[in-house]
Amino acid sequence: MDIIFLLIPIAIIFVACAIWAFFYSVNSGQFEDLETPAHSILFEDDEHLIPEDAKKQDKDNQGQTPE
Amino acid sequence: MCCPGCQAVAQTIVDSGLDNFYKHRATTSYTPDFTLKSVSEAQLSELALYDQDSIQQDFVVTAENGLKEATLVIEGITCAACVWLLEHHLNKQDGVEKASVNLTNHRARLTWNPQILPLSMLLAEIYRIGYQAHPYTPNKEEQLLDQERKRATRRLGVAGLGMMQVMMIAVALYGGALQGIESKHVTFMRWASMVIATPVILYAARPFFVAALRDLRTRHLSMDVPVSIAVGGAYLASVWATVTDSGEVYFDSVTMFTFFLLIGRFLEMQARHRTGRAGNAMLNLLPASAIKVIDGEETMIPAKELAVGDRVIIKPGHTVPADGRIIAGNSSIDESALTGEYLPIRKEQGDEVIGGTINVENPITLEVTRIGAESQLSSIVRLLERAQEDKPKAAQLADRVASYFVAAVLLTAVTVGFSWWLISPEDAFWITLSVLVVTCPCALSLATPTALTAATGTLRQNGVLITRGHVLESLSRATHIVFDKTGTLTEGNLTLQDTLSLDDHTTDHHLQIAAALEKHSEHPIAQAFHAVFTPYKAENLQATLGQGLEGQIDGLRYRIGKPDYAFAVCSNTHTKPYLPAVCGQWLLLCNETAPLAWFRLNDQVRPEAAQTIKHLHQLGLKCEMLTGDSSSAVDEVATALGIDTVISGVSPEQKLKHIQQLQREGAQVIMVGDGINDIPVLAGAQTSIAMGSATDLAKTNADGVLISADLMRLTDAIRLSRKTRSIIRQNLAWSAGYNLLALPLAALGFIAPYMAALGMSLSSIVVVANALRLSKLGKANRVK
Repeated sequence: MDIIFLLIPIAIIFVACAIWAFFYSVNSGQFEDLETPAHSILFEDDEHLIPEDAKKQDKDNQGQTPE
Repeated sequence: MCCPGCQAVAQTIVDSGLDNFYKHRATTSYTPDFTLKSVSEAQLSELALYDQDSIQQDFVVTAENGLKEATLVIEGITCAACVWLLEHHLNKQDGVEKASVNLTNHRARLTWNPQILPLSMLLAEIYRIGYQAHPYTPNKEEQLLDQERKRATRRLGVAGLGMMQVMMIAVALYGGALQGIESKHVTFMRWASMVIATPVILYAARPFFVAALRDLRTRHLSMDVPVSIAVGGAYLASVWATVTDSGEVYFDSVTMFTFFLLIGRFLEMQARHRTGRAGNAMLNLLPASAIKVIDGEETMIPAKELAVGDRVIIKPGHTVPADGRIIAGNSSIDESALTGEYLPIRKEQGDEVIGGTINVENPITLEVTRIGAESQLSSIVRLLERAQEDKPKAAQLADRVASYFVAAVLLTAVTVGFSWWLISPEDAFWITLSVLVVTCPCALSLATPTALTAATGTLRQNGVLITRGHVLESLSRATHIVFDKTGTLTEGNLTLQDTLSLDDHTTDHHLQIAAALEKHSEHPIAQAFHAVFTPYKAENLQATLGQGLEGQIDGLRYRIGKPDYAFAVCSNTHTKPYLPAVCGQWLLLCNETAPLAWFRLNDQVRPEAAQTIKHLHQLGLKCEMLTGDSSSAVDEVATALGIDTVISGVSPEQKLKHIQQLQREGAQVIMVGDGINDIPVLAGAQTSIAMGSATDLAKTNADGVLISADLMRLTDAIRLSRKTRSIIRQNLAWSAGYNLLALPLAALGFIAPYMAALGMSLSSIVVVANALRLSKLGKANRVK
């Protein structure tokens, strides 16, 4: 079990990194607006990122949707 | 459609062939009038003021690469669709580097290239899609709030991460204690948990220590004192145990306790900040620019550069920039922002006009008499501050219990320590410590915050936002509830109530003619007709101040307005129709040949108001109505709702005095209001609740906001607050009972440390579980 002498310090370093990252995100204002990001995934502004063939398929599917 | 954002989304849905959605929708709404607003020349020249460097220096930052950055407050944002629309539209503009809109605080951050696009064009674009943008200049208070929020979030994060790590090691230690573990591993793990727990105590738990120190200095024992003693004592004892390799460590309990308490405080702070958009409050009322007359020439200047004695011209539809006296012209002034009254008031030459009100009909020239701190608006704000200072403090049950509790614990600990020091000095430290740990006020200090947090969350889901900690307690003790009339018990705008036809045409026909006449007027009376669809088109429209409108439809002259005015257009062959007996504001529609119809307009009482008052009576509350209105409508509303005490025609000062009089007689008052004029009285009442549609200034200063503007939610809130109080009592009784039982045992040295830890956790869990019963508006809490 002597491995814990290595693993626990590593865990502490990880926590330190996590706290640093958390501080960074708080200070840069990422926690100020918790509502918009949740909706932003629904904004369809990624049109240019969708490959052409996928778009086509999407349209075909749409045609088949029952009324 | 609630906002331009939704309109645009709806349009997108239709454009992309998804309009089947509307076929399957249960309710139908009228189709939006999807036109972009046009920006007039006058507005452009007003916005151009924002391009001046002297004005920009307050809120614009110029980056090194020549780009400019500013934060704007956007009015009119209601949902994520607005954010989508604004971001898309702004990012499409040439010259905009980055635009991001925050849905929570309605602020937009803009980065743009001033060489390509001036700021005024951006503001105009925002206006064009249906929103209003103002520069955001945070005051000192707001910057402090922002810092407080960030610090609290950081503390919560440190406590949470620390707690998880310490807990991980604690599980190993507990497991080791049961199954056997090498002592070098135990020592190492204790050191490891000490390393992690130290920042939690020194950084995350700091607010408790600071508050406890402050309370001790002011000789007032609050809950922070036992919390600090428990956290600090258990931590120091654990450190001592770790360093000397003896006794027990409590790092897990300490960090968990800190984390739970911080969660409670964080939620409370968030609720407090939610409505705290104080910076927008005054901004929305006063315009940014004014038209000053210099040597007979009209010049547009920033409103804050106005001085006493300046002459300003106020065009119809514009906001009065400062207090002043009319020196030329007459018009009617919409004072609803200040008084909540919806009908414009007539002002003649020589009359005083208040800054922040809106000129409705004719251009007037004003001589500025008061600016800045002396203005009426500022004096209302000052009245508010004074009222807040005088406000009776709602003493919190937990704090009262805490002071006795702390005194008892400290006394006992000292006595126990001293006695054991006499009997066997080597055991004295550990036994005194176990007394302190066993009486750790975890359960006691969690008793109130958990119940309050659960109840606040429930109320928020049901449309009541609680912004101050004491509200639930003072709500539960309320004896009187005082309502403002306009905008609170009533809808706050004129609606068409009745149409009486005077000839053989249908009422609909007359309504359409009236709607055509009123279509282009922005007068509150005209707005009541705007919802009516009309196939007619009126020409040669003329408005007569305070009387009515005249226009031509299909070659016939029509008049609508006050009976005398409207009847004057008729030929003499007709007798003037009698005014119907029903109370309300009656308008007559006439054409050249005959009177056609009566229209009755009234400020409608909210549909749920009568039932709410009935329920409030059942709950044992006295309902009163306090209003600045002195017309006959007051009594009508009061009888319709069954309110017994009515005080009408009073000024904000008198309102405040009345509330203070009630309080002197021992009443606990809830005030429900919405206008700027209600703010002082809102601040003076033990509990103040603003309607969701209230002005920002009113909402910021209220203890609670009825988001949905549904008065029935008030009864929910009162019921739940009463239940909360009984749950807090149960929690306090339980935790005090537990401590009383454990204390003598610990003092005699009977309690092993692991038993103390177990008991502490169990009693906390009981308290939390009990509080969670408030998280639903159960049958007992809900209004039937």
